[in-house]
Amino acid sequence: MIFNIIFFSLLAIIILAAAIYAVVQKDLLYAVIATGVISLVLSIYFFIMQAPDVALTEAAIGIALTTIIFVITIRNTSRREDEIPVNKEPDREEETK
Amino acid sequence: MKRAFILLLLVVVGWVLADTFSQINFGESRMGDIKQQETVGAYYLNNTVEKLSVANVVTAIVVNYRGFDTLGEVTVLFLAASGLASILYRRKKRGEHDVMILKNSSQLLQTGAKLIFPAILVLGAYVFIHGHLTPGGGFQGGAIIASGFLLMFMAYKDYHVSHNVLTWVESIAGILFVSVGIWGLISGATFLENILGTGTLNDLVSGGIIPLIYIAVGFKVAAELTGVLETLLNFKTEK
Amino acid sequence: MDPILYNKIISVGVYGSAIGLILIGLYAVLVKKHLTKIVIGLSIIDSGVHLLFIAVGFIKGGTAPIFSEKGIELVNQGTAMVDPVPQALVLTAIVIGFGVTAVALSLVIRLYRHHHTARIDHIKSLKW
Repeated sequence: MIFNIIFFSLLAIIILAAAIYAVVQKDLLYAVIATGVISLVLSIYFFIMQAPDVALTEAAIGIALTTIIFVITIRNTSRREDEIPVNKEPDREEETK
Repeated sequence: MKRAFILLLLVVVGWVLADTFSQINFGESRMGDIKQQETVGAYYLNNTVEKLSVANVVTAIVVNYRGFDTLGEVTVLFLAASGLASILYRRKKRGEHDVMILKNSSQLLQTGAKLIFPAILVLGAYVFIHGHLTPGGGFQGGAIIASGFLLMFMAYKDYHVSHNVLTWVESIAGILFVSVGIWGLISGATFLENILGTGTLNDLVSGGIIPLIYIAVGFKVAAELTGVLETLLNFKTEK
Repeated sequence: MDPILYNKIISVGVYGSAIGLILIGLYAVLVKKHLTKIVIGLSIIDSGVHLLFIAVGFIKGGTAPIFSEKGIELVNQGTAMVDPVPQALVLTAIVIGFGVTAVALSLVIRLYRHHHTARIDHIKSLKW
């Protein structure tokens, strides 16, 4: 019983801390890795709440694929949340083509 | 001022949620008497083994009882993949190639990826073939296969999956899904009704159309997710 | 330990982390200016809702809703099984959530390519 309480409260602390870190952190790459940690703990939650199907889905989609598409987006956009504004006119190149 | 409003909104939402869920006891059965079949969950638990001989009740719900919903879900995923491809579409300049990953990864990752890749594919296929017996199914198996392809994309810069192959696999799997449904219509039952014999519990070939549909879903989801990754990886923004 | 108190602690842990995830994600969506951060907030809300659904369907002492030959006997003797309906719904929701995230991120990439910034307070023109 005591073990269960410690385990559940540890999971809750980790998942909330990872969520707060993902929101507060200015470096988006770190924030995305924190969302991966959220998915991992969520998968453990699903498993101990007797939902192995959902745990498998969350492990495959939430941890691997969602994290990687976030990383690809960050590589294509900016990495810092507080990026310096560039005084560039919007691209009209694609419409004129 | 704006922060105060947001804080107020968060407090209100949190209070409503906490108040609602404080009245729902954690771990208490809400299905009523299982044998009386008072709720839909109890009905599924009671009838899955006898009527369908499927061990995994979640699979039975997703594919058999809510099969039309799954068809819609697969359609949504297809729309997401094709919408992403059309949003990220751009004309290439002359002589321009899609080279996103500029250099090959380390020797360690390359060798390991080559070694593990077939095993990941086999695991994915195992998961969606045994969807009616063990935890897993088409969506999980497809996601596992897509993550195997992701490993190859990361390891080799020249590794490409042909879009034609992906389109064909996806189309054939989708046609298989729909034609299983229409087969039910032709043989006098409803769309996606389980018309095949269900066999015995815990056999690989059991559960009627459920393994068939989950194999189709597995191929379709794998092709769609791989296509999403391929499209995103090949899009390059010059900085 | 008192079982009622024990149950209360566990339920505060599970429901608390689910509601906490929803609130943190909502905060990120409302306050943050960077588009990728907003999508991160949306996916955190998603996670919280999934956890809430599974927690509502959980039954104490229940087994996973997968039958084996031994399991059928146990269920006939009165062992509970977890409610399978929320699990099927969450299974659908996770996959759809991935599709939503992918499309949102492709829009972010497109906006960045056009405006050279991903912060909504730096985007000056309204026209795409």
